[in-house]
Parts: sequence; C-alpha cells; structure tokens
Amino acid sequence: MKILTGNDLKSGAVIWWTGHDWSLHVEDAVNVGERADEIARREEAARRVNAPYAIDAELRDGRVRPAHIKDRIRALGPTVRPDLTLKPADPEARHWVI
Amino acid sequence: MYKYDQYDQQMVDTRVEEFRDQTARRLAGKISEDQFKPLRLTNGLYLQLHAYMLRVAIPYGTLDSRQMHALADIADRYDRGYGHFTTRQNIQYNWIKLAEAPDLLADLAKVEMHAIQTSGNCIRNISSDHFAGAAADELVDPRPYAELLRQWSSFHPEFSYLPRKFKIAVIASDTDRAAMKLHDIGIQIVERDDALGAAFYVGGGMGRTPMVAPSIRDFVPLDQLVTYSEACLRVYNRYGRRDNKYKARIKILVHELGAEEYARQVEEEFAHLLGQGVEPPLAELERIKTYFADPAFQDASNDTIDRSDPDFALWVDRNTVPHKREGYVSAVISLKPVGGIPGDATARQMHVMAELAKSYSFDELRVMHTQNIVLPHVRKAQLYTLWQTLEAEGMGAPNLDTIEDIIACPGLDYCSLANARSIPVAQKISERFAETGKTAELGELKLKISGCINACGHHHAGHIGILGVDKKGTENYQLLLGGSEAADTSLGKITGPGFSEDGIVDAVEKATDVYLRERSDGERFLDTYRRIGMEPFKEALYG
Amino acid sequence: MAELIRYRDDEAVDHPAVTVDSFLDQSNANAVRVEPGDDARALIPHLTQLKLVEVNFPAFGDGRGYSSARILREAGYTGELRAVGDVLVDQVAYMRRCGFDAFEPDAALDPGDLAAALDRWPEVYQPTGDGRQPIWSKRHA
Repeated sequence: MKILTGNDLKSGAVIWWTGHDWSLHVEDAVNVGERADEIARREEAARRVNAPYAIDAELRDGRVRPAHIKDRIRALGPTVRPDLTLKPADPEARHWVI
Repeated sequence: MYKYDQYDQQMVDTRVEEFRDQTARRLAGKISEDQFKPLRLTNGLYLQLHAYMLRVAIPYGTLDSRQMHALADIADRYDRGYGHFTTRQNIQYNWIKLAEAPDLLADLAKVEMHAIQTSGNCIRNISSDHFAGAAADELVDPRPYAELLRQWSSFHPEFSYLPRKFKIAVIASDTDRAAMKLHDIGIQIVERDDALGAAFYVGGGMGRTPMVAPSIRDFVPLDQLVTYSEACLRVYNRYGRRDNKYKARIKILVHELGAEEYARQVEEEFAHLLGQGVEPPLAELERIKTYFADPAFQDASNDTIDRSDPDFALWVDRNTVPHKREGYVSAVISLKPVGGIPGDATARQMHVMAELAKSYSFDELRVMHTQNIVLPHVRKAQLYTLWQTLEAEGMGAPNLDTIEDIIACPGLDYCSLANARSIPVAQKISERFAETGKTAELGELKLKISGCINACGHHHAGHIGILGVDKKGTENYQLLLGGSEAADTSLGKITGPGFSEDGIVDAVEKATDVYLRERSDGERFLDTYRRIGMEPFKEALYG
Repeated sequence: MAELIRYRDDEAVDHPAVTVDSFLDQSNANAVRVEPGDDARALIPHLTQLKLVEVNFPAFGDGRGYSSARILREAGYTGELRAVGDVLVDQVAYMRRCGFDAFEPDAALDPGDLAAALDRWPEVYQPTGDGRQPIWSKRHA
C-alpha cells in the first residue's frame, strides 16, 4: 500500500494522512493508491502539511508498517530515546522499528 | 571572551525581527516552502526526521556561564530538556516548533547568541582550537581572528547564495585540534620575520569526496586577512560548480583547477580587491583582541594534585591537559558516558557545567568538535572538588581520546539524510570496551561514526572510522582505518565489505586486537596501522 | 512579467538588452544582459557605452549575479544595474548592497514587504561599494 506522510507546518510533528485529516499515529494511515500527489498538493497548498511524500507500507497483523526503516523511526521516534517516542511504555516498540 | 557592542547587538536583534517576519509570511502562505527553506536554513532551522531542528552557533566554541544557562533554559522551554553538541562546536535542539522559533531566537539574542548562518549555502560558524587562550603550545590566541572573520562573514551580501556551504577554521598552533585542513578554508596564524600572518589552506573537507586542503598561500599579512578571504570566496562564488550538488563544494573547484591555478585566480582577485577598501583597520583587530586578554590568573605554582583517590587520579591523567600557566590545567568534561549518546547533555547538566565554569574556570567554557566540553582554566588545587561534582552528575567519564570518546553524528535516529543509525553503534562499542576493560590498554584511539556519506561524524578522519550505509533497506556499516584530523591529517581507507550492527562492534574489537598484538613500544593504534598497513587487519576481519 | 522597480531618476532604457556574446561581437547596443555563467569583467572595457546591465537570476539560489554586480560597480559602472528573473523580496536588500538599483522580478513583490526589507538593516558589517559605512568604520571613526 501507499501511505502519505509529512510534517505539520507549525509544529514540525510527523503526521500521516487518514483519508480526511492528518494523524500523529501511523496506525491511522490509509492507502492513498494513486492519489498521493493530488492529496499532497492540495494539503500543502492549504498549509496543513509541510514537505509531504508518499511511501510504501504494508499491513502486518492489521497494523500499518512503513517499508523503510527511516519511516518507521519517523513513526515511532528515536530508538535511542524510548522515553521520547510515541510509545514510551511499550518495550516491544523498538522491535517493530528494526 | 568577546562581548557585543551596540552594533553587534543590533545586528542580532534585527535578524530576529527579520526571521519573525519571514516566519509569519510562511505561516500565512505568502512564501512557499521552497522560498522559505534557504531563509530558515540561514537561521539554523532544519526540517528533520521528527520535527524542526535548530542549530545554535557557538562562535569558535567559546561561551560563558550565562550563555550556557540560557542554552539549558531553551532546552527546557522550547525543546525536550536536552541538546546535542555537534562536531562543529555548535549545539542543536531536536524538537523545535516553527511557530516558536522566532521567540527562541529572541531569547538567544538576550545573551549575545544567535543561529545565524549555521546552515544553508553560506559561510558557516567559524570554528577554532578548543584550547585557544589556554594551550601551552599556541603562538597566539586564534579567536580574535575568528571573530574578525565572523563579523565579515555575517550577512555578507555577496556570499549568501554560494554554490554550497562553506566552513572556516582558524588555529594558531602546530598541533591542530580543529581539523583545520578538513575545512573549506583552514587558516593557521603563523609568525614570519617577527610579524604575524595567516597561512591559508583551501579546499579541504570530508563528505563524499574527502580531501585534505592544499596550501594556497603561506603568509597573508594580518592587515589583508579579510581582503584575501574575500578573494577566496569570490573566486568560489563565481566558478564553483552549481550543476551538481555533490560537486559544488570548493574542494572540487580547487581539485579540478589545481591548487596552483586556484591560487593564481585568488591572487588576481586579491590584487583587485586591495584597492576596494574592504579591509577593517588593524585597530579593529586590536579592539577585538582586548576581549580575549588572559583572565586574572592567580599564582598557583604551588598547587598540587592529591592523587590518593585512584578514580580521580585516572580522570586527571585522561581528562586534563597542560595549560600555559603553571598550576592550571584545561579540564575536559566528557559527554561520552559509557552507553550514552555522544554529545547529548540535559538541561540540568548544562546548568551544572555553567556553574562549574563560574566557580572554577573564570566563567568560560568551550565546546570541542569531539562533542565534549572544556573548562579551559582550572587551578590544579580545585580539580578534586570539580571532579566530584562531575562524577555526581554523570559527566566524570575518564575517557578523553580513548575508544570510548566516540564522535557520532545523530544518524538515522534524528537525521533525515542518514542511511543508518550511528548512536546505537557508539553505545555498543563503548559498552563493549568498558566491559572488556581494554579501553586503558588501547590508549589514544579516535573512533568516529557517520550515519551517511556526508560525514558529519568525521569517519574519514578517525583512527577507526565507521560509515553507515543502506544495504537493501537494512543498516550496514563499513569500517575504515588510518584516518587522522590532527596535524598529520590523513584519510581512512575502507577495510572491505561492510558489517551488520552487531558485526561492526566485533569488527572494531578484532581490529584493536591486531593492534595489541602488533604494536611496538609507545605506538598508538594509528602508528601501528601506518607501519604495518591494511593487510594484517583484513586478515583478522575477513580471513 | 511584474513591473519594473527602479531606484534611479534617469530615464529607463526601453529596448531589450542583448546577450554578452552579441554585445562583445561589435554591437553598439547600450543594454546588455549578463547570465550567471558570463564573465562580467568582459564588459569592463565598454562600460561608458552601457546604460543598462541586466543581471539574470534564472533561479534565486544561484548567487553568481551578486559577484557580477559588485565587479561592475567596482569597475566604475554607474548605469542602471537591474536584477531580473527569480528575484525574491527577501533578497533585494542584499542585492541593493551589491550595487543593484533596479529590479524586474518574475513574480510581483508585495510593496509593503519590499519596503520593510529595504528598511530593515540600520547597520552593515561589510563595505560593498554601495556607500554604506560599515560597523568597523563607525567604531574607529
């Protein structure tokens, strides 16, 4: 599947396209298929996202998992600071990344 | 250290207001991201992996306690309670909000700091010897020259859209502690016929095409320093390549023209610019110099160090270096605790370091390009109390210049350019060697890790270097041996096929075992490598 | 094409500028356009003949035109020096410092933003031939 990501213009936070809005959680990302460019252009023009781009992802155990490690680190947070990730209490989160 | 006058303050304040206006126009949609990007970059603001990142300039690595306290407050107020000291003597924050960046810059300006030209295709923060003004072996303090060039290069209208970034380092001793020849311009203040002048090395750098800068001119009189620099930059601005980002640094121009031809073009431009009145009078240099006068050193010649605590004695041996004044040393605060993140410091640690500087080092601190902090002027008699505080705050690691004192870029944990993570590798290596107890036995061993070919972690210049690459979507690490960024600058060579994350830790250990087996008396790892060559290492790694 | 912004009192040249190559090829034109790759110094023997030099910025990030401008002013050129092309409001202050006294940007500049940009910097660190006194000169006046 193709999912769309970028950063929030004001805060810089990593965000994912949910089909109607942006979410901080990659779990909420939807398959945008061929519509990535169109959505990206529209959302960027409306300043709801900065530097959007589409990536490959797969559904694994019902959860969206970006294909590349870089985007998995973006989705979770720095692997060396679990306390600053989106799942500070989940010791397994790091294994999802690597 | 240098203090702003009304003019310097006004320049920085004006810049804050300019960026506030630019940010407002970006948020209002009046300028596009493409147009805004160079504007935010020249204010140190990147869009990184997780958020905006702000790089704050610490000119020539020097700051006082008030500034260090302010950096700590910024970490708490605008970020997540910590900062990262970089290989160019700056600090960066990883979780900045664009909308708050102008306020942050305004807070910096209150303590005579800024983020001007810490990124973008312009002249970057000027780095220098972290022991400047304290080193026993320096000719003069190099920082006044760096400050002169800082002012010249700040907001230089001709050189704000260079082909690529431009880094300058200034030193004034034969011992190079600033990797001077790995800069776009490396300047060494030298003496000739009782007069001071500047030797220029141009076209060095790391990145994907590492080069050691050739000498371009062995003596530029001090009253022509700015003019000659301007000539170097103009030739680059006009003829540096702009067709390919990866060939746009001045090292490629100098390499393609040849050092002699580049020098000839600079001389031609220099001859022309001498008539244009771009050089400040020497009185300006003298004015700047007064700020770098020695602090009020006391007579400390009778100071002794009580070595009865062995942990303290080890720290003294490893982390203090000789000072020009009897009874004083420069003390290095290691930001490399075993298993820690190289160069990271919490707001609390920054506050502690600021207070220590105030109590023990004439209110002065330095950032090293090796991502540690120096208290430049400490009385020997006060080292023990200083060390006790450092120990209590997790900053007493006795590992300066050892294999645990690893330079590591932020890597794929933070950086959008990276191909692999650097920090976990650094953590595992320092843990491994602390566990086996070999750190001491290995002595001076400089290990440097970059998470991509851009080489922010100086991997080319490590006695042992590690380069993270992307191998079909997984992290892979190449090993390099034989680099140096000291006066004997050399570039490391790749051993062969890369390793996995765990494999690279084993590989480093194997390489050090070869050294321990083959070394002669007094040889460092680098010396042994230079004597015996790559083969025995390859044999151990791949045989 | 947005309108021409000029900081000069004389009459603007009303015909198109020629390329550096055709100008040097024995042209009697008084208006020439310098591209980023052109050597502005080639014009120096002919400066008195010129009333307009356009310096083209095909992309705002290509900074060669700033050097071209200073080189012409340093050589004594007093005619109009016009920045054309991808000229953005956040660049005009630096361009003025390098000797440009006219702008013809591809996209119109907001007059308020333009005025603010040109008004912003009360002091400058470097002399660049635009007549402004650098800070070091004021310190040692």
